[in-house]
Order: sequence, then C-alpha cells, then structure tokens
Amino acid sequence: MTEKLLQVKNLSVRVEEKEILHGIHLEIGRGETHVLMGPNGAGKSTLGYALMGNPSYEVTGGKIFFDGKDLDEVSVAERAKAGLFLSFQNPLEVPGITLSNFIRSALEQRTGERIRLWDFRKELEAKMEVLQMDKSYAKRDLNVGFSGGEKKKAEILQLLMMKPSLAILDETDSGLDVDAVRTVSRGVEEYQKDKDGSLLIITHSTRILEALHVDVTHVMVDGRIVAEGDASLVDEINEKGFEQYL
Amino acid sequence: MKEKTWVEDVNRSIYDIKNEEKDVYRLKAGLTPEIVAQISDEKHDPDWMREFRQRSLEIYNEIPVPDWGPSIEGLNMDKIATYVRTNTDMKANWEDVPEEIKKTFDLLGIPQAERESLAGVGAQYDSELVYHNVKKEVAEQGVVYTDMESALNGEYADMVKSHFMKLVPPRDHKFAALHGAVWSGGSFVYVPPGVKVDIPLQSYFRLNAPGAGQFEHTLIIVDEGADLHFIEGCSAPKYNVANLHAGCVELFVGKNARLRYSTIENWSKNMYNLNTKRARVEAGGKIEWVSGSFGSHVSYLYPMSILNGDGARAEFTGVTFAGQGQNLDTGAKMVHNAPNTSSYMNTRSISKGGGISTFRSSVVVSPKAKHSKSSVSCQSLMLDRISRSDTIPAMDIRTNDADIGHEAKIGRISDEAVFYLMSRGLPEDEARAMIVSGFADNVSKELPVEYAVEMNNLIRLEMKGSIG
Repeated sequence: MTEKLLQVKNLSVRVEEKEILHGIHLEIGRGETHVLMGPNGAGKSTLGYALMGNPSYEVTGGKIFFDGKDLDEVSVAERAKAGLFLSFQNPLEVPGITLSNFIRSALEQRTGERIRLWDFRKELEAKMEVLQMDKSYAKRDLNVGFSGGEKKKAEILQLLMMKPSLAILDETDSGLDVDAVRTVSRGVEEYQKDKDGSLLIITHSTRILEALHVDVTHVMVDGRIVAEGDASLVDEINEKGFEQYL
Repeated sequence: MKEKTWVEDVNRSIYDIKNEEKDVYRLKAGLTPEIVAQISDEKHDPDWMREFRQRSLEIYNEIPVPDWGPSIEGLNMDKIATYVRTNTDMKANWEDVPEEIKKTFDLLGIPQAERESLAGVGAQYDSELVYHNVKKEVAEQGVVYTDMESALNGEYADMVKSHFMKLVPPRDHKFAALHGAVWSGGSFVYVPPGVKVDIPLQSYFRLNAPGAGQFEHTLIIVDEGADLHFIEGCSAPKYNVANLHAGCVELFVGKNARLRYSTIENWSKNMYNLNTKRARVEAGGKIEWVSGSFGSHVSYLYPMSILNGDGARAEFTGVTFAGQGQNLDTGAKMVHNAPNTSSYMNTRSISKGGGISTFRSSVVVSPKAKHSKSSVSCQSLMLDRISRSDTIPAMDIRTNDADIGHEAKIGRISDEAVFYLMSRGLPEDEARAMIVSGFADNVSKELPVEYAVEMNNLIRLEMKGSIG
C-alpha cells in the first residue's frame, strides 16, 4: 500500500475563540488533484491556513500527516521546506525586496545551497512567459502595487519556481477576468505535469477547473466535509449550486 | 527546535574589534586650558586656531548641558581622555599601514570598498588619519581631499579659516563648544566650480581607545555648479567606560551645486553620540542627506539644512534603529531662508527590545521664503510592546505663501506578513528581518550597493534574538 502524501485525520481548528473546522478527514495522493468547494464562510481557507501552520489557527483536535510525518509542532518554514505550498487569496505586499530576489532567497533557504544566478534568471523568465507576466515584475518589490491579477500570477510563479509536492491554491481564480483565469490555469497545468505535483484547489467557482483534470471533489459546509465525489461533482455543483447541502 | 532566544546584547564581535592600546600620546583625562594648549602644540595650530580652541573652552565651561532629550547623566567628562592618537603617522600607501590596524579595517570592509568604487579613503584610527589616498583622477580634476590638520596649515588654510565652525559656532550648544576646543582629525574636501566627481569619496571614522572622545571635524565646500557624493561610515569597538562622540560636519553647497552626504553610523552600545551636522545651500543648489543611525547608547542627531538662496533644495532620508538599552533622539531641521526653496524629509524609525526612538522634525520658513514647499513624512515601527517611538514635529512658518505638509505613521509588524514569508520557507527571524529591512528601504535604496548590503546585515544582526 502506498502512503498518501497528505492525511488529515479528524482535524478541528479554532480561530481566536471560535471553532471553525469540526473533524475534517481528507487524503490526497501523489499527483492527485483535489478540489475543495463550498459556500463563503464554510472554512475552506481556514483549512489551507491550518495545513500551512499559521499560528493564529489553533489545532484543537486531530492530526495532519505530510509525507508520513506528523506536522504537529512543525513550523511554517519547515512545512514549506518539506514541500507544502500555499497560494494566498490576498498575497501581502512586502516593500524592500524584489519578487526575483525573494524567490531566490526562499529557494536558497529551502535547499541550503546557493543558486546560480544565470540558471535562476533563465528559469524565472521562462515561467513568467508561461504566465504572460511582464519581465519588469521580477524587479519590482514583492506584490507592491501589483493588480489583483498580477498578485495571483506572482503566486503561481512562486509555485512554479519552488516546485512543492503539494500546492494549496486558495481562491486563486477569484477576482480574475476570463483571460487571467486561463493564464493562471495554464500555469497550474504546467505544475501538474512538470513535477507530478499534487493539488488542493480551494474555490467557490468552477472556472479555474475547466482546463484541469480533477480526481476528487470535496464539498465543505460549516466546517465539515459534507460530500465527496469525482470530477462530475464539480459539474453538478456548477449546475445546482450548494443548496442541497445547506 | 524553534529558535527562541533573548540576546542581552547583540553580538557585535565583527564590529567591536579592539586593538592593543598604543596611544602613547594619550593625555591626562579632564579638560583644562593647559590640555587644550597641549593639543594646539601637538597639532602645530596656527595662532587663530590656538585662540579659537581656548575661546571655545571658555564657552564650554559657561554653557550648561542640554536639559531636554535623553539623559546624558552617564557621561562624566572628567573621565574622558579627550585626545588619543596611535603611534602611526599618516600613510600614503595601503601596504605601509601596520598589520594590526589593517586587520581591523579589513574586518570593517574598508579596502574592499576602496577597490570597488571609492575614490579615496581617509580612514580615521583613533584621532589621527592612518591611511589617506585620493585616487589620481579626482586630484586631477582639482578636487582637494585631505585631513583637517593638513588643510589647516596647507594651501587651503585661508579657506579653512573662513569656513571653520561658521555654520556651527561653538556657542551653538555645549558639545559644539567642546568640539571647538578639542577637535581632532576629520576630512576637508573642496570641489572647484563645475567639477562633477562621479565616484563617491569616503571617510571612515572609528573609536578605539577606552574613555576616549572622538571629535573629528568634516568640512566640505562644493563650489558653484559642482557635484559630489561623500560617504561617512562609523563603527566603534565596545568598552565599559562611557564613550563620547561629538563630531561636527559643515557643508557648504554653492550655487547650482549638489552634495549628497551619506552616513551609516554604527556606534558601540555604550556611546554618547552628540553629533552636529549642518549644511548651507546657495541659490539653485541641493543638499541630499542619507542617514542610517544604528548603535550608541544615546544619540542626539539633527542635521540642519539652511536654504539660503533662491530655489535651494534639501532632502533628508533617514532610518534610526533603537534596540535594547538605546535612546536615540534623531531628526532633521530645515530652514527656508529664501524664496522658492523646497525641503523634503522622509524618515523611518524602528524600536526593539525596550529601545526608545524619538523623531524630531523642525521646519522654519522665514518671511522671505515665499513660494516655498516643505514635506515631512515619518514612519515608525515598533517590534514589541516594551519599545517606544515618539514623533515630535515643530513648525515655524512666517509667510502665508508656503506649502507645508506633514504625515506620521506608527505601526507594528503584521503577523500575516511574517506568516506569508515563512510559508515560502523563511525562518521567522529571517522573515522579520526582511520586513524590517524593507521598512528601511527608503535609505537602503539611496545607498551604494555595498553600503546597502552592510546596512541590511546590520538590521539582521539587530533583529537576531528579537523573537521570543
């Protein structure tokens, strides 16, 4: 039996004084693409933050195993090094460090080795082309003054450069126009085939999924997984919405 | 294991390098007319300077210590030897500099900086220049770059005499008077009309003797239409005896001339840094201050720009970092004394581990200064709940016809931003250091790259141990 890449067992999570997630079970295998859908406020983003280890999100019960390792007490940075990646719904602006330097120092932190500038630059430019990002963005301060769409592209650029084994995309498609969604989903596709990467795509729309192969769909309502199915569940929700689960 | 340390005092070993004391000329501590006369003898002062020192000493004895700002009670002038110099004479070649001193400078990065982009180095070791080298092309342009003592007796003696402590008279405050009495070392620069110096000139000051004050004088005259970038960097080794720095910087910017004066000060944490800097700018000229204040126990530092001619401009870009046990009182003063003048202040202050950072801005617009503009922007970042940050703006506007703006912001590091950076694999201290460096990027963006790197290293050093 091959071990699943991510195993979430009976996970409960509290934010401040309020329990948001109540006993979540979730398993993602290597190379699989999972979709987490649900209405606003269901707790989808909370799951993403909790998996990544945001200290404001307190695990009150259950376990998370990644690559066979218990993530309890594992810091955010160590989780990233282990191969977890979270694409933020609202990426933060960090003045004083360029997108390019940031990605490079993050990569160097992960590998503990110096990266040759020439190779790095070549790869970065190739990935930016996939995402139809203007090269000038590499030299701009991280997310500072980026449009909503450019911020999301910058997240996917980081995904492509860091090559994690599991990427959690939190509402990467929200606030994007049709063309931008297409571009971003091309980037996600590239990640899938480039490294046989696993995905957990959090969304409440279905636009980003059109071009992607989906293995499993989970529906979350009020902090619980209420339904699971294959890709056809996406189409069903697309048609009927979440009403039947409320 | 998550790193969770509280370092009592940052490990500054790479900065705090102490050489064996070889200050054979060290004078008896305490300040008397005889000691001041002895300094004059040592330096072969011209008569006017002998008198100037004695007069300054009298003023020093008359004026009380400042009764505002951070406490300087820990400073005992009786214990401070006012004049120290090593038994090394001025050197023209790097190769001739004694090994021991070289090692210290090596660790401070001077020769590298020299090799890479700097035109000349007047590195001050204790109170005397040990190393002095102006690149040929700069001298060929007619630029004079020398130590103050040589300038005082050399070809430019009259120019020194007509400018020395004219911008900062000894009566200005107690430590200006002290400086007038015991000043020693420093740089003199003269850039002739129309000459544009395209490589920065650098001076590196350093304190190395226990209980020794440092009173270097910097005098820079940039003549009409000329252009210069001067960089001053400071670092001092650490001792338990109270240390005092009371330097003085006087900058004369001629018509349509431009001077950029960049400083990274990094004093050891027992230093009283009571420094006075002032610039006078003639019509169409521009002064640009770039200032990073690190280290020291107490600092009083408010560079002043006097805009004396039509259309003169001043910019001040600064960052101050106050850590545990530090009380840094910094800021800038803009004096608009002519029409169509403009000034711009953009500062960031950071406080950590109970450090106190106070920002004082002062804008004075005289009735003559019609159509003048001034803008002050100050941002503070407090890294924990025990640190303190204050902003004290003062404005004295004496014309209706001026455009004045002021904004101040105080904030903390957002946990979300730290989480965001950590989610990419950066450890917490790196993430915080990155955010703080970013906060200080108003200054680092203005510095030559090797200085920006050094400043970011300093920030990283100061940030270590700030989590817990």
